[in-house]
This record gives sequence, structure tokens and C-alpha cells, in this order.
Amino acid sequence: MVGRTAPGEPLSQHVLLIEDEPNIAEAIRFILTRDGWRVSLLSDGNAALDRVRSDRPDLVILDHMLPGMSGLEILTALRADPDTRSLPVMMLTARGRDRAMAEQAGADSFMSKPFSNAEILAEVRSLMAR
Amino acid sequence: MPLSALSGTRLRERRLAAGLRQSDVAARVGISASYLNLIEHNRRKVGGAVLDRLADVLGVDRAALAKGSDAALVEGLQSSVARCAGVVVELDRLEELVSRFPGWAGLLVALDARVQSLVRAIETLNDRMTHDPHLSASLHEVLSSLSSVRATAAILAETDDLPADWTARFHRNLHHDSERLAVGAEALVAYLDAGSTMAEQGIAAPQEEVEDWLRSRGWGFEDAALPDGLDSEIAALASTAARSLARDHLARAAADAVALPMVGFVAAVTRHGPDPFALAEAFACDPLVVMRRLAGLADLGAGLVVCDASGTLTFRKPTVGFPLPRFGAACPLWPLYAALGRPLHPVEAVVEMAGQGGRSFRVVAWASPRHPFGLRGPELREAAMLVLPGASGSAAAIQIGSSCRVCPRTDCAARREPSILSAAG
Repeated sequence: MVGRTAPGEPLSQHVLLIEDEPNIAEAIRFILTRDGWRVSLLSDGNAALDRVRSDRPDLVILDHMLPGMSGLEILTALRADPDTRSLPVMMLTARGRDRAMAEQAGADSFMSKPFSNAEILAEVRSLMAR
Repeated sequence: MPLSALSGTRLRERRLAAGLRQSDVAARVGISASYLNLIEHNRRKVGGAVLDRLADVLGVDRAALAKGSDAALVEGLQSSVARCAGVVVELDRLEELVSRFPGWAGLLVALDARVQSLVRAIETLNDRMTHDPHLSASLHEVLSSLSSVRATAAILAETDDLPADWTARFHRNLHHDSERLAVGAEALVAYLDAGSTMAEQGIAAPQEEVEDWLRSRGWGFEDAALPDGLDSEIAALASTAARSLARDHLARAAADAVALPMVGFVAAVTRHGPDPFALAEAFACDPLVVMRRLAGLADLGAGLVVCDASGTLTFRKPTVGFPLPRFGAACPLWPLYAALGRPLHPVEAVVEMAGQGGRSFRVVAWASPRHPFGLRGPELREAAMLVLPGASGSAAAIQIGSSCRVCPRTDCAARREPSILSAAG
């Protein structure tokens, strides 16, 4: 396994989870943390780009519908910036149409709501192993 | 009115049905049997006295022999053909079909109208499923709470050593999200169960609904009936949009009736003729008001089309021999559009409508600008064209059509797209 250590250890890789539903965010954070990732949370789209630039996460999990800036807008901005062009991004989408748009905008992977915890874990592991 | 090709066929059928011999009928009409034979085989067109005597001898209503009675069927079928690109039909025998099998032709037209309305219904439902903000928000709410419930429940079920404070926290989340899920699901069911009709959902075209209603009212109202708003009749219209359009129409008709009371108006029309500008001067009102009032006079039999600045027809009152497009844009050569481009300049012309046996109309068109939001608001334009039947043909008549797809004219400078008619011819 790449980059995973016991929770709290500084070497673990960093996942930035941008999701405005607190209970979904809490559940995802719990599963990922227990799997050994360092997870930070953000619930607002407007601050997302600044946080990505300052925190430099190894993976971004991005909800499609966010207050402020939408997930799609954030993804487009990340892809336009040379620093974040190849940053792995997983999008959480509710509908097939959103998924096609996220794909065009350059998302590395998608999770359709309602996803299972095992699916999220497997996808995060596979993205981080690239 | 000259007979078109289909009438010969019908004359022959009527004669045979009556068991009459060609030579007997010809003798009673006062023409030669060979001439009647040519007529019956659509080689000669007849009009005037010969047509009257033929109709008498065969006991047929002259009007029923004239093209006008079948024109709607012919136009309806032409529109159907235009929509079914790729289906090869015997267009040159269209009039024969309508003449010999009017019932079947009517059925085809009715079926096509039904297909049109169903296509529209599907498009509307599709729009509704994909773009309706309420539905989208309800679904999003349900999917979000369900995601949370699923993830949280899985953690509770699958984590053996979950600390007690986390367990309590996830139980609270689960409870909260299951409540949200229930509320969201109820909202979704209530929304889908709203029981609104197809028309209510905007599936029947509102403008057509209103025009059907106006047609049933003879395109006019008694002045005295206008102020009370005809609420019961409007309430009978199926869709909200149509009721709103109908109310707007009536409000305008009521205002027009105040500006031009019918008794004085009829007297003035007798004095000035149907001249919108002389009448506008006499009553100190906008020529558009006069044109709308003139279109409401049953005796005049005038058609009226009105469009906005985009050229979209916002009102269509047909007149015999001047077919109006049901869908899509009209012929760009209509003087209506000349007036639209030059507001406040009257345009008068004699026009000859394609495919109507050389029938001519005198048309008068006019456009007025409006500034409903005042000086710095947008300028709106409204153009109207009054179609007056019974003009005598003239070499200077402008050759126009209904819309390109069903227009047989060749070498038309304004053609937008090929005609199904010239393609077949």
C-alpha cells in the first residue's frame, strides 16, 4: 500500500474532502481515516481552490453540488492550473448527466450516490496507487 | 372560382353515382360530351356559369366542388409529408387522394396532429425530468440522505471496535438522515402524484388552444360580453398558459372595443372602407387597434397575422385560401415582415398565395414600436398584416407562400429550405 500509515502519523497521504453534507462527510472521513489516510474537510466551494493550493492534498474528493462554487467549476479551475493539472480528483455525483460533464471536465473517477463504503475505499486506494 | 384538378375527378364520381350518362349531363349543361370528358379527367378547368350548371345538374353544392373545402386536408397532408422526410409518397396524386377518400385523408391529418401533440408531450416530459428544478432538488435531497444513511449504517454494522462516542454520533446521524429521507421521499411522491393533466403540463400548445377557442367563437365577441371577461369560457381551457393567453387576448379586445365601439366602427368602415389608417385617424387610435377590430368583423372575412420583433407569429386568424403555417416560420416575403423592418410605414400590396389557383389578396401591414419600460427600456415591436380576400389578380402581385416546406414555387430568392412539392415535381 502506498502512503498509508497508522492514523495520525505525519507520512500518511492527504485526502481533501469537499462535501457540504455534514453526515456524508463525517462517514467518509471515518472510513478513510480508519483505512490510514489523513482526511481534511471543507464544506464550501468558494474556499476550495485556496485550500487546494495551500494544503497541496494528494487526492481531492469533490461533491458535484456545493454552495458557492460548484464541483464542476472547481474541477475546471484545477485542470486549468499547471500546478494542479494532474492532481487526482474523484467526483461524487447524483446523476448520469453530471457524470458525463465531470468526465469532460477531467475527473479521474466518479462515485454515484448512494455509494457503498467499500466502493469509496477501493476507488481511493486505486487512485493513490497510480 | 376555377376548379382545380381534383374537382373533375369528383364530378365524374358524382355523375357515375347518380347513374347519369356523360352525354346527357353535357347536353343539360350545354357543353359537348367530349368537353365534359376532358373536365372529368382533369384536362380542363371550369368556373363560372358552366360550373354552376354542372353543380345543379348533378345536385352538388358548388362550394363543395371548389378547392377551398379540401384545402385544409391538402395542406395538412403536405405538412405531414414535410415532417416525414425520407418517406416517398405519390405527391402528384395528393389531390386525387383527398378528393376520392376525404374521410381517410381526414383520418391521416388527425392522426398526424395527434402524433405531433404526443411528440410535444414527450419532449415536455423529458424536459421536465431533466430540467425541472423541483424534481431535481427532491431527487438530490433523497439521494444525499440515502448516501448518508447507507454509509453510516455500514460503518455501524461493519466496524467491530467502534468507540462508544462514535457509535452514539453515528446513531444520531442515522436517525436524522432517515427522517430527511422520509420527508424527501414524501415530497417526491407528492410531486409525481400531482395529477395534473397533459394540457396543464403545457403539452398542448397554448396558442393553438386559444385559437381553437376563438375559432369556435367566430373570431369575435359582442362588445357587451367583453367587460365581464367570459370567465367561464376561459376556465374551460385546459392549460394555465392558454387561460393566461386568453385573458390577455380578451383584455386587449375589451380595450379595443372601448377605443372603437362597434356601432360607430361599422358605420365608419362603411364610409371609409377597410382602411386602417383612415379609421385610425377618425378614432385617434393606433392602426393596430383598427386592424384587430377589422379582423373581428365577420362580414369582411379578413385574416390577420400578428408577429413580434423576432418574426414569431403571435396571432393567426386564417382566411380561406391563405393557409398559415401551424409550426415554424412563415414565408419571408410576406409584407408583414416588410412592415416589421420599417415601423410606422404602411405597406400595402396585392399578393398571390402559392398553390391556391392564382387566388389574390390585398394585404395591409403596419408595425408599431412600444416602450413598456419607458425611455431606457427595451423597444418592442409588433407588426400586423390584414389579409383582405377578393383582390383581383394583377401582374404586379407579390408571389408569396405559406412556408417554404409546403410551397411549390421554384426559383424563389427567399427560399430557406427545399420544398417537398418541388422535390416531388
